[in-house]
Amino acid sequence: MRQRSPQPRSSEITPESLYLRRREFLRNTALAVGTAAVVGSGLLWLVGQGPPPDPPPDEPPVSVASPPTPGRYDTAEPPTSYQSITTYNNFYEFGLDKDEPARNAHTLRPRPWTISIEGEVARPQVIDIDTLLQSFTPEDRVYRMRCVEAWSMVVPWLGIPLADLIARVEPTGNARFVEFTSLLDREQMPGQLSRVLEWPYVEGLRLDEAMNPLTLLAVGVYGKMLPNQNGAPLRLVTPWKYGFKGIKSIVKLRFTDTQPRNTWALAAPSEYGFFANVNPLVDHPRWSQATERRIGEYSRRRTLPFNGYQEDVVQMYAGMDLRANF
Amino acid sequence: MARPVAWLEPGVIAGALVPLAAIALRAGLNKLGADPIAKVENELGLTALILLVTSLACTPASRLLGWTWAIRIRRTLGLLAFMYASLHFLTYLFLDQGVDLGAIAADIVKRPFITAGFSALLLLTPLAFTSTKASIRRLGFRRWQRVHQLTYVAGILAIVHFIWRVKLDITQPAVYGWILGALLLIRIAIWLRQNRTANKSSPAR
Repeated sequence: MRQRSPQPRSSEITPESLYLRRREFLRNTALAVGTAAVVGSGLLWLVGQGPPPDPPPDEPPVSVASPPTPGRYDTAEPPTSYQSITTYNNFYEFGLDKDEPARNAHTLRPRPWTISIEGEVARPQVIDIDTLLQSFTPEDRVYRMRCVEAWSMVVPWLGIPLADLIARVEPTGNARFVEFTSLLDREQMPGQLSRVLEWPYVEGLRLDEAMNPLTLLAVGVYGKMLPNQNGAPLRLVTPWKYGFKGIKSIVKLRFTDTQPRNTWALAAPSEYGFFANVNPLVDHPRWSQATERRIGEYSRRRTLPFNGYQEDVVQMYAGMDLRANF
Repeated sequence: MARPVAWLEPGVIAGALVPLAAIALRAGLNKLGADPIAKVENELGLTALILLVTSLACTPASRLLGWTWAIRIRRTLGLLAFMYASLHFLTYLFLDQGVDLGAIAADIVKRPFITAGFSALLLLTPLAFTSTKASIRRLGFRRWQRVHQLTYVAGILAIVHFIWRVKLDITQPAVYGWILGALLLIRIAIWLRQNRTANKSSPAR
């Protein structure tokens, strides 16, 4: 027999036990890494950890930005970033998580769009959104926005004072309230396939609240058209009330003599009321309303009565029990 | 010869730390969204609940499916759940409330959802500290086992905490609640059957 290759010296041969342990070590490492990958990705999936959505690409400007002189109703506080305003939204028609509207609202078609004005008015009409934008000059208004969930923002809105529109349609003597209705369209608003709220979203204001100079029909933010996730093309803004009063994507205003129903009060009447005025003294049944976190800040700040708009609104509620009418 | 599943525990620990790493990574990149504190708080709390429910699934998995390896990671999962629950509370304490002890005390007393969550954490604390083999020896297995059945109470409190916290849609906490309820039922069924067989096998007179 001939040798094909030189024999290694016996001292160079790896002992069999060590050789097997090396294989076992590699095998165990691979299995541990595999287990970690399965457990880790499973948890990431269940917890839903992902990066936040991007803000919308540049929306067209609604009008030439007016000179930045603070108006009578503007707050001098620094506005919340466009990124936060357009990616942190409660708009259940596009999902329940704050970042879902920014991801999902692309299905909404804000043009062509009409708003029907009905009920106790001398001049009922159906107005096209572009006609509305030509008939009234949108104003810049920098308002605080306080959500019932105890967070807040400062939003540079662009909008039409609702009082101007109301004057145009001439409410009758019977008109005591305004009822607002959002779009009902499961294709454009896939969140409406879920029964989490009653659809369409409805809201209401007393006529004096609707005519208050603070009340705005917003058409834009930061001088640009409202992104879909913020309630395009037309939404309500009442800065002294909790954010859920700010009904989005409005298709109808109806003037009535009876108090309209509103979606959140229908969903949980013990937790959400018709008035929903910001009030640090009246807690939500399950959490405190005494403080809020301003988006972009870390420490909490005290919540102000009527969200700091007391001077302009308190006379409307004279003699009313604000604890009972929450 | 090493233990046949030596890779299991390190793998589970590394995997369970991934959500924490994902939070740290996004915090570093400033990618936690508009309300990072709420996000961190919610993700830590949910991870704690998932790990707690998983730890409670170990015994039924071993008994019912014969997955005896599950018992080996039960304590690890429980301790990881406790770690996430503690981080969840610390986030609330330091970042959310800014150590405003008055507000926190008022929350714990007045807000049932915080009372429930805080009680769950309080219950888990002694369980975490008596999870060692030495504690089992000191307490005796029966007594130790009875004490550690409190994990179920902590799990129920955590679910209640979650349900009371959400604004409207309770689907997500309800899913974990149903899983927990099913695990508890399985446990009761096993216990009943054991009692019956124990009675049958008692010495005949």
